[in-house]
Amino acid sequence: MIRVVMPAHLRTLAGVNGDVELKIDGEVTRQSILDALETAYPMLRGTIREHVSGERRPFLRFFACGEDITHNSPDDPLPQEIASGAEPFYVIGAIAGG
Amino acid sequence: MSSVRVLVGTRKGAFILTSDGKREKWDVAGPHFAGWEIYHVKGSPVDPNRIYASQTSGWFGQIIQRSDDGGKSWFQPGTPAGEPTTTPEGMPKGESNKFVYDTSPETGKPLTTHQFYDGTAKPWVFKRVWHLEPSLDNPDNIYAGIEDAALFQSTNGGQTWNELPGLRGHGTGAQWQPGAGGMCLHTIILDPSNQRIFVAISAAGAFRSDDNGVTWNPINKGLHSQYIPDPNAEVGHCVHHVAKHPSNSNVLFMQKHWDVLRSDDAGDSWTEVSGNLPTDFGFVIDVHAHEPETVYVVPIKSDGEHYPPDGKLRVYRSRTGGNEWEALTKGLPQENCYVNVLRDAMAVDSLDSCGVYFGTTGGQVYASADGGDTWAPIVRDLPPVLSVEVQTLS
Repeated sequence: MIRVVMPAHLRTLAGVNGDVELKIDGEVTRQSILDALETAYPMLRGTIREHVSGERRPFLRFFACGEDITHNSPDDPLPQEIASGAEPFYVIGAIAGG
Repeated sequence: MSSVRVLVGTRKGAFILTSDGKREKWDVAGPHFAGWEIYHVKGSPVDPNRIYASQTSGWFGQIIQRSDDGGKSWFQPGTPAGEPTTTPEGMPKGESNKFVYDTSPETGKPLTTHQFYDGTAKPWVFKRVWHLEPSLDNPDNIYAGIEDAALFQSTNGGQTWNELPGLRGHGTGAQWQPGAGGMCLHTIILDPSNQRIFVAISAAGAFRSDDNGVTWNPINKGLHSQYIPDPNAEVGHCVHHVAKHPSNSNVLFMQKHWDVLRSDDAGDSWTEVSGNLPTDFGFVIDVHAHEPETVYVVPIKSDGEHYPPDGKLRVYRSRTGGNEWEALTKGLPQENCYVNVLRDAMAVDSLDSCGVYFGTTGGQVYASADGGDTWAPIVRDLPPVLSVEVQTLS
């Protein structure tokens, strides 16, 4: 199972307390993780990727195995540690604002 | 036994304040949606347990929340968990927080741009929902005023939204510009006696549809704004809020960036009624529930300072439909007060002795159970208040 760690506001919105676990058939990429996340938790659609453009919201970034993969291709395969669930996939919100 | 429910949207969540008809002791519930900006919360006039909320965030975008039990519990009225994101034909499914401008050749054309602050052309980009207006006869039918300015409608309880494109496309859209708060459609008034809808946009002006939102025309004749190239232009005026008494189809009251105005012909023409106000700048305006010519405003000092004149928080009431105004001060701070009262942050209840409510950017929500003669804070220390609505319950 893939593990996803989200900002607190998105956990509240999705009604989960901790990591989210997702089953993904096929290659594990940022795109496939976010697609699976939005299917399992439709209330998150539009919150991470803008509805119409599909673009990442500007105050969010993605990390895998300690690396910032925000600007990599969304279809790049993610490390085996992410695919196996040994390491979580992080959706990180900017520490900003009041 | 009558009671009231005050719905408060703030910068950091929603709060629900309830009291019996005496309006002396209050229960405070919240924050709902803690940490999120709640631009507006409003209940259906035909089913008071049905409440809609606009929840928004610079990080995570727009969420529409709905309650079917008077605000005790909330849910997003979109697609249930586990359902696919597309139809069997591969088309994206509508969702409750999805606002997509109509670009179809049949109804969404000609597609224009609007003006940015510097006059350059910009395409419309959805940012947030400012105002939710449930219909007068069906709790599943609701309108949303959004930034960048457009009017949307849901006919299925907020599950999906469609633009009423006749407003944005009627011809003047290319001239609309944002106000300092963004180019927002912030006021929606439904006339109970006919198919009229009034909306107001900052900074474009007021508009009216006589056919339930299909076709639209600007209604800004008589507005004078010295800060725009043509002070008497058809559009471009920074209308802050418009109010109307339900019993009178033709009378409207407006708080513009500068000037308080009234119209006696459903917006076809406007007359300034600022009269003896200490300043005619402000944001809120509302009408007494039982006296169609009794109007309330909160004057704010200038467009650069945005706080009450002389540090005194005063509601002004006119019992003559404008021009003659009296300051209402009992119970309100009369020194060292530098809060603002934003455009959607005043409302009235419909109890026999009309209650008037407003919220401030300092986090106070004030209530008057006697039409404004005396005031008391319901709460003092909420986050900055963005909106206040009231439900009168029996």
